[in-house]
Order: sequence, then structure tokens, then C-alpha cells
Amino acid sequence: MQETNSDLKPKILVKDLNFYYGAFHALKNVNLSVVDRHVTAFIGPSGCGKSTLLRTFNRMHELYPRQKATGEILINGENALDPKEDVNRLRARVGMVFQKPTPFPMSIHDNIAFGVKLYENLSKSEMNDRIEWALHKAALWKEVKDKLKQNGNSLSGGQQQRLCIARAIAVRPEVLLLDEPTSALDPISTAQVEELIHELKKDYTIAIVTHNMQQAGRVSDFTAFMYIGELIEYNKTDKIFTNPDQSLTEQYITGHFG
Amino acid sequence: MQRHFDQEFSGLKDQILKMGDYVQESVDMAMKGLTERNLQHFSRVHELEILVNQSHIEVDEACLKVLARQSPLATSLRLVFSIVKINADLERMGDQAVNIAYNGQHYLAAPPIKPLIDLPKMGEEVKLMVRESLEAFFNADIELAKKVLIYDDVVDELKDKIFKELCQMMKQDPSIVEPALNLILIARNLERLGDHATNIAEEAIFDASGQDVRHGSAKP
Repeated sequence: MQETNSDLKPKILVKDLNFYYGAFHALKNVNLSVVDRHVTAFIGPSGCGKSTLLRTFNRMHELYPRQKATGEILINGENALDPKEDVNRLRARVGMVFQKPTPFPMSIHDNIAFGVKLYENLSKSEMNDRIEWALHKAALWKEVKDKLKQNGNSLSGGQQQRLCIARAIAVRPEVLLLDEPTSALDPISTAQVEELIHELKKDYTIAIVTHNMQQAGRVSDFTAFMYIGELIEYNKTDKIFTNPDQSLTEQYITGHFG
Repeated sequence: MQRHFDQEFSGLKDQILKMGDYVQESVDMAMKGLTERNLQHFSRVHELEILVNQSHIEVDEACLKVLARQSPLATSLRLVFSIVKINADLERMGDQAVNIAYNGQHYLAAPPIKPLIDLPKMGEEVKLMVRESLEAFFNADIELAKKVLIYDDVVDELKDKIFKELCQMMKQDPSIVEPALNLILIARNLERLGDHATNIAEEAIFDASGQDVRHGSAKP
């Protein structure tokens, strides 16, 4: 069934966003609407600001010194950049998965329970249910159900990344940020994570940074092309990949950049 | 920045250009055979059909490889997509030229039933359509492609005129039904050639602008 524009509800509204690494102006007046329960891909050459933009959505940048964001990032109408906004609550609502799988050096069970315990006080059986639910969602349950006490680091790269996704999902976020989630994975694991993204978008808003054009084409509904800190073009992926409006976008996705 | 795969894309264009040349020569020979009453020209049409069919397979193979290996996007994707479709059109055009040669051969087996005026005119219009649709594609010339779309109406009108005139003649003299039918079939073959040239012109517009103008639609 063809999707109509009325089905497209914005989840994240970025307004006049500027970002600075010290004196370096890394994001320049970015305005963007990330659509609810859809996948938005951020593409662009290295250093264009796509990962920086992603990190501002849950204020990960605040973990580092001399970094500053101005403007607004409205998530369900609330400004994520508002200093009064509880950053822990924000990061529970906006989960993140990184390029390299980062399981904690603890059991598979505890990897998932760790984040949940920060935000919720669940009984043992409730926690077990949550862990099973998250592992099911991350399409990992069948592979690990008999070895939940095993260390997370004992899993394969693809399984570790799905464990990280399960960990992010376990706290029931509204938005999932994926920063090059498959760049360290083999093609089979990549396909599994891509299938997972396809499943997860039914329940979550997903923003993914990727250098892989074909992956952006396969998994995303919308694509944002960035260049030197600016959002050059944002549109439906079908449009961007068949007939982009901007010649810079055209040059980048056809590999004629520079 | 020029990339090595640009050569593959321009190679595809060259292959389609060569095939287009075969088809143009084929249509030209088929019509010459009819108007000059020279069966040798028809033999050349059959030789050309073999070359067109070879090209048809080669172009498809090359497109498949480019799609598999380069995963083209945007203009490159539209180019390969258009070439795949133009390739199919050119192959069918080659077949239509062969049909003209067959029908022409049958027509020439008997004395002429009338001086041929509108049919050669239709042939010239169709040859122009074929040439200009391919030119429009190679030069990304949208205006020229649009001109080809207009020619198609001229060709259709000529076909209607020929049909009407020959039907009238057959009613008056039923003994000419067979040769008259051969001419009607040739007019029909030319009309189909015009339709394929129209398809190529539409692909030229899509390739150059991303705009789909088929069936009167003009989505941006």
C-alpha cells in the first residue's frame, strides 16, 4: 500500500542546529524532521558532521569537553538540548549503537540487565522477561537462550552487535541511533542487522549513519546528505537514489566526489 | 572526478549506438527494397537481423554485469535502466524491419497495384523518428525527444490514410486484396516502428531528467 504524507509524523524536529568542537563549526544551521517509525539514513563524506548530528540527538557530545550545540532538537515537542532536560532520561528515550560492538565484560544476561536497572526497578522474573523480550526483538534469542550466563565478549561480531541493539532496546527507547552499525561486520551479520532494522522500524524511529550507499538504499525510507557540516539534501530515499535535486548529492552517491 | 566505471557506462552507450545503427540501416534497406523493387535490399535486412539479435544479448549481458558489480545510482542507474529498455525496443524494431522485408517480398511477387506515395513518406517519417530518438538519448536532448513524440501523431495519421485508401481500393477491386493487404501490413509495421521510437524518446527524457512522461504522465 502506498504511504501517504499524512502517515509521516515527525518524531525529531531539528531547528537551526549549530555545533562547535571548540572553535570549529561542525554543524551549520541544520534543519530537519526525522519521521516517526521510519528509518532515516545520514550519508556524506567523512567529517561532514553526520555522526556529530546523531550524537546531539541524545547529547552524547556532552561526554566530551569543549563541545557545544545551539538551536533546538525537539523530540515529541521537548527540546533535548534544554539544560533542564534530564540527560539520563533522554538517553533512555534515545538509544545508541556504535560502529564497533561494545558489549560490557559481563554475561549476556547482565549486559542487558545493566541498562534496565539504571531506569527501572524490576523483579527478577520481570527482568528475565524483559531480557528475553529484548533478545527476541534483536533476533538473538534463539542463538543465546541456552548461554545467557556466558560472557558477551564470547559472541561473534554480528551477535555482539545484536546484543548491543538488544541492550539499547531493553530500556524501551522511542528512538534508536545507529552509528555505522555494520561497518565492522561480515556480509551475513550485516544482512541480519539490516533485517533487524527493517523489523524494528515498526516500533521505533531509527536514524542510521552509514558510509555504505547500498545499505542506505536497502534499509532507509529517508536519506539526508550532509557535506562540510551542512545538510545539502533531505528527501525520500527513492528520490535521492534515483533523481536527487542537488548536483553535490548526485556526485557523492555516484562516486564522483572530489 | 572521472572514474573507471564511467568507461563501462559509456561502453554501454556505444553498444546501443552500434545496435541503433543496425536498426536504422535495416529499416532503410527494407523500405528501399519495397520502393526500388529490389530483393537484394531485403537480404541485407535479414543479415542485419542477426547482428541486431547478437547486440540484444550482448547489451543485456553488459547491463546485468554493470548492475551487479557497480550498483549504479541516480544518473548512472537511470542510464542503465533506460539502456535495458531501449535495447528491447531496438530488438523489436529489427523484427519489424524483417516483417517489412517479408511483406515487401510478397508484394513484389505481383505487379504494383498503385504508385507508392504515402508509404515511402511514412517510411521517411519513421526513419527520422528512429534517428532523432537515438540522437536525443545520446545527447540528452530533451527538446529533440519531445519533437519525436509529436512525429508519432504524423505517422499514425499517415497509417490511417493508407488504410482508408487501400480498403477503398479493395472494395472496388477484390482481386488486389492480397497485395493491398501486404501494403497495409507494411504500414502497420512502420507504425509499430514509430511506437518503439517513441518509447526511446520517452526513455531519453527519463534518462536526462528523471521525468517519466509515458502514458501522458509527467511526474517530476
